Amino acid sequence: MITLENVVKSYSTGAPALNGISLNIEAGEFVFIVGDSGSGKSTLIKLLLRELLPTSGSIVVNNMDVAALRHKEIPKYRRSLGVVFQDFRLLKDRNVYENVAFAQRIVQTPNKEIKRNVPSILSTVGLAGKYKARPRQLSGGEQQRVALARALVNNPPILLADEPTGNLDPKNSWEIMKLFEEINARGTTVVVVTHNREIVNAMKKRVITMNKGVIVSDEKEGTYIDEI
Amino acid sequence: MRFSTLIYTIKQGVINIFRNKWYSLASMATISACLFMFGIFYSVVANFQHIVKEAQNGVAVTVFFNEDTSDDRIKEIGEMIRKRPEVSRAEFVSSDEAWENFKDVYLGEYADGFGDDNPIKDSENYEVYLNDVSMQDSLVTYLESIQGVRKVNRSDITANTLSGMNRLIGYVSIGIIAILLAVSVFLISNTVTIGISVRKEEINIMKYIGATDFFVRAPFVIEGMLIGAVGSLLPLAIIYFIYNNVLEYVTTRFQMLTQLLKFLTVDQVFQVLVPVSLLIGIGIGFVGSFSTVRKHIRV
Repeated sequence: MITLENVVKSYSTGAPALNGISLNIEAGEFVFIVGDSGSGKSTLIKLLLRELLPTSGSIVVNNMDVAALRHKEIPKYRRSLGVVFQDFRLLKDRNVYENVAFAQRIVQTPNKEIKRNVPSILSTVGLAGKYKARPRQLSGGEQQRVALARALVNNPPILLADEPTGNLDPKNSWEIMKLFEEINARGTTVVVVTHNREIVNAMKKRVITMNKGVIVSDEKEGTYIDEI
Repeated sequence: MRFSTLIYTIKQGVINIFRNKWYSLASMATISACLFMFGIFYSVVANFQHIVKEAQNGVAVTVFFNEDTSDDRIKEIGEMIRKRPEVSRAEFVSSDEAWENFKDVYLGEYADGFGDDNPIKDSENYEVYLNDVSMQDSLVTYLESIQGVRKVNRSDITANTLSGMNRLIGYVSIGIIAILLAVSVFLISNTVTIGISVRKEEINIMKYIGATDFFVRAPFVIEGMLIGAVGSLLPLAIIYFIYNNVLEYVTTRFQMLTQLLKFLTVDQVFQVLVPVSLLIGIGIGFVGSFSTVRKHIRV
């Protein structure tokens, strides 16, 4: 489902952010990617989102060669990924319903289906009663649920989450992680970049640890490695 | 594209205007200011050209005939002249009419001494009026070549002055309109850039979740076009009010002037000004927003 081979990403100055990493994530897996700041996690997510291009190596996602995508093919590729960010990235001037419906409008889903799908996904993330609220009227946990609903409403085969609990308290962090687990149980591949040691250690999922642009550990039921 | 997507896009364009009230107002004010200047300038130039055209219509070439030219031949020559494309009309003046006119203008009561004599009895002629005085030279050459024509009187100075003035107005108009348009596009582009930078985060979010370029651009472009349309209606209303009042003031206060100069009515001016202003307003909104959004959607 996600395959990286010898991927190098160099910026104009300094050492490469990614220095020849290779990994393979199968369909239906739940994977944590952990590491200190500057380990290359964010660069990896940006490459998967096709926000950046690799300097060398290949990235194949859903059988698509990400680096070879033409500009007009990028939207279609991104629709195959659900994305959740640390800072939620909601449209601040639209309510919860419109934020989620927006992802469906982009793929030109008929209005009738939008009216059916959005309440259903909002109910899945526990926000059925808050569809009229604006993002600023919601707590951090609720905003992240809206972002998750938006990421999932088009049923993408892969969910990428970049520090999804970074702005949340422990209670909300656990609730979001439980939702990720439920989504994974329904067959969606989940890739979570995180610093949250407690969650990583408790969930017993595959853990890929990065340091200085390389993968230093890849364990099936791994734990957060403190000292590398 | 689905009909519902089209409606959504238009709706978002309208909502965007209200979401960014101050930016929208600034853009409308910019377009309004430019189109107001354009409208005033156009009204003045259109009137000036109209006055020049009226003056041109009064410039006539006079065609006299040889003594032995028959009445039938004179009629035939009249038909030949009227068929020329540069001729707007040709009026036959008999020698009696010419003498009466001469007496009225130059002799007055002293004409009684001539009794029934007509000292200019061979002066029947055609007064030929042109559509465009710059064609006077070629018409005169043609008229002089016609068999039976004795002499052609022309007014070089008037024709040259009027056609020169017309050319000058044309060049000045093109120059000023080009400057106004360039300034408008520059100002709109700057205003839209500010609006886009405010919404850059929103655009990035749209792109991250898979919006196509069209989906991101379209509401901004619709917003730009609507701002352009509204921005062009305001100066039209103001100019309509000003023009009517100025025209009324001039016609009541300076009656002598209005006998000499024929001004265009507000309807005549607005027949051209309304579609052109709307087109320019919407065009500026389209070009400004489209080009600016284009720069900000590559994520």
